[in-house]
Amino acid sequence: MGQLFAVEIIYRGVFQKTLAKNITRGIVLAAHNEGKLGISFGRYGDSPERNGIPAKSFAIVASDAQTLEAGMAQYEPKQVDVTVVLDDTLCKGAESWAWYGLHPVHQALKPGGTLIVDSLQDAPTLLKGIHRRQEPYKLGIVKGVTSFSGMWVYKDDHTDVRILGAIAKALPAVVSLASIEKFINEKLKNPLKATSAHTTFERFTSMNVKPGEGNAEEPFSFQLPKWNNMRKGVSVNGQPQGGPYADPVTKEVGGFRPVRNDKFKKYSTRTMRPVVNFETCTKCTLCWLNCPDASFDVTPDGKYDANLEACCGCGICEAVCPVPNCITMVAETAFDGNASQWEAFRKDKAAYKEWLKATVQPAGERSHGFRYRGQYKEQIPAVLEIAEKG
Amino acid sequence: MATIALPVEEKKKYEQEALITGAEAIAVACKLANVDVVTAYPIRPYDTVMQYISQLKADGEMDCEYIVAEGEHSQFEIVKHASVCGARVFCGSSGVGWMYAMEALTVTPALRVPMVAMVGNRALDDPGAFGVEHNDALAVRDLGWLLNWVDSAQEALDTALIAYRVAEDPRMFVPCAISCDGAFLTHSQALVNIPTQEQVKQFLPPYKRGDLLLHPDNVISVAPQVNEDWVMEVRRQNYEVTERACGVIREVYADFERIFGRKYGNPFFEEYMTEDAEVVLLGMGTLSTPTRVAIRKMREQGKKVGFVRLRWFRPFAGVELAKCLERFKAIGVIDRDFSFGSPNLSGVVATEVRSAMYTGAATRPPVLGFICGLGGREVLVQDVEHMTDITFQAAKGKAQPLTQWIGLRG
Repeated sequence: MGQLFAVEIIYRGVFQKTLAKNITRGIVLAAHNEGKLGISFGRYGDSPERNGIPAKSFAIVASDAQTLEAGMAQYEPKQVDVTVVLDDTLCKGAESWAWYGLHPVHQALKPGGTLIVDSLQDAPTLLKGIHRRQEPYKLGIVKGVTSFSGMWVYKDDHTDVRILGAIAKALPAVVSLASIEKFINEKLKNPLKATSAHTTFERFTSMNVKPGEGNAEEPFSFQLPKWNNMRKGVSVNGQPQGGPYADPVTKEVGGFRPVRNDKFKKYSTRTMRPVVNFETCTKCTLCWLNCPDASFDVTPDGKYDANLEACCGCGICEAVCPVPNCITMVAETAFDGNASQWEAFRKDKAAYKEWLKATVQPAGERSHGFRYRGQYKEQIPAVLEIAEKG
Repeated sequence: MATIALPVEEKKKYEQEALITGAEAIAVACKLANVDVVTAYPIRPYDTVMQYISQLKADGEMDCEYIVAEGEHSQFEIVKHASVCGARVFCGSSGVGWMYAMEALTVTPALRVPMVAMVGNRALDDPGAFGVEHNDALAVRDLGWLLNWVDSAQEALDTALIAYRVAEDPRMFVPCAISCDGAFLTHSQALVNIPTQEQVKQFLPPYKRGDLLLHPDNVISVAPQVNEDWVMEVRRQNYEVTERACGVIREVYADFERIFGRKYGNPFFEEYMTEDAEVVLLGMGTLSTPTRVAIRKMREQGKKVGFVRLRWFRPFAGVELAKCLERFKAIGVIDRDFSFGSPNLSGVVATEVRSAMYTGAATRPPVLGFICGLGGREVLVQDVEHMTDITFQAAKGKAQPLTQWIGLRG
């Protein structure tokens, strides 16, 4: 048995599919420059991908054919040497499918392995979201804006080669910087990209994360039923209807909170969340009517509270709300936890108003983005420039 | 023969004797079973059933929803959904129509839908043909359907009632197809004893779907998309049904005999003149008629030959059949089907019989495969004699080809 390595990329479905594929392909092709063999593949169960749903892509690299076969004998590597997270909001965990539960981003990372995150934030901030675990690991950050390079748009912002440079630094045994540069120069034919990879290699550092360090939340998980104690006829129990609930201050009972699927919460899909100004809400019902996931609770005082255990962050509520800045989509990195905004508002209106002011950056035109309001629009000139100059 | 003549006083219990086709006999069974939803789309020879049911409804003799779909795929989808909502359903088709419905047929067992369907066996186009061939119905043999062949109009009626009782048994909840040979059974009229409504009521309780019922009072979601972490468990549930199937079928036949007085003996296969036989032929469906005639003729010539008619193909009573067949010196299996490229290039039934005997029989008599009567071609008395002669040669130790085509020009 020779040397065997596995690298996984956790990315946002559709939005970052091409980016993730390019990185895993790059690992295999670069490692091949030094005589290694490998395979690159996206997780079959993620396909067809849905916008923003956490997905995975893998590279397996081995020193020889038989070792590679040992690595391929299981479809998906259960243990990896490096995990790359292409969007730092995924640090809060990934739930790719119903009944998977919320997987911590380092779920498959070997003890002592390296977690690489593409982010503008620092390690202590990221560790507020990354779940704690028993085994130590290393955390390294590739500083950068989260790249949006999906199925239909490829924004060539060098994120792919920068990640490759970081991998060469974190785990030179899988692939060396020289092999990566050779791959970039020969296959991508772009010396500027080779420079990007080189620079990232030199700048990349990682810190040791100790056992027990990180987010204390217990990620929700399930025991799958056995064949003889699950429902027959390919049927599952429906959700009960739900009902009214109590105001935390007046104890008055009213409104309506639907019972939601506790086997598929989907909130790890979210890169932005709606923030509601309950004082300007006119109770027009449009957010509640248009939400594709029924994620608004009707509060006992007749307002609409985005339930953050159920919200995917699609931004339709912001788009349909007729009141200026009443619902605003804000990047998920600004928040910890999924507590009710309405309850915070009811408990301390003045504090909520202050929090709103600090959290919401009023924007003129409403435009959803991948990570922040107006992101697409803002990035169009840069993309056009690349398109024009080649 | 399938039926045993009853004493005159016993016959009085029956409401009437009628001269009807096998297809009409199944329609009568639907009426007696008080079927709720029937879907139809014409294709010969199945269409005789839908015609007769529509006549029964028009005459006010039968009360059911009768839906003519725009094709077989919808035809089977509609009854699938109706059954999940608690309706007793009936539909059917033939040949390429049955194949067109294949997607709906595939999902029905996993959804535990006790649909009863009649397959009027017909050759698969091309070439376009109406005649009997068993490959249409056999296409569902691995999917969890119960599958049987009948050889008389009386057996068609009785088996349709039995099919509802078996399929709707809460231990089962799987679809059942009754195969009727095109023309020979579906289009020829015979005298049939039609049981009384009271008898049927006693035999066939109402369909109760329990907690699998799709209804606002029982909030469930049916057929969600799943990943690899669920499919194997779902298949294992259908496997459990096949483990139980033979026991349930045996129970139901015993009850049938008690209530209707008609005896079928072993539900899974019927033996004819096998007691002292040296060799036997084995087959399904209406080829039983020329075979029995030929056997009587050959018996007069001193040839000790018998016949085993397989009724239930799924479940396949392999152990029991192997125990039955191990005592003969050679077995000739007549397949009214083909399975191109199969082991020994034999038909489906011959391959299954060999498989059952490999594990279940104490002896290793030669099992010869005969492909005969495809596309509606008659299985002639002299064909049966010819196949018997070949089987006797094998019994004497003279090696014979494992697959031969009988009744072929050239």
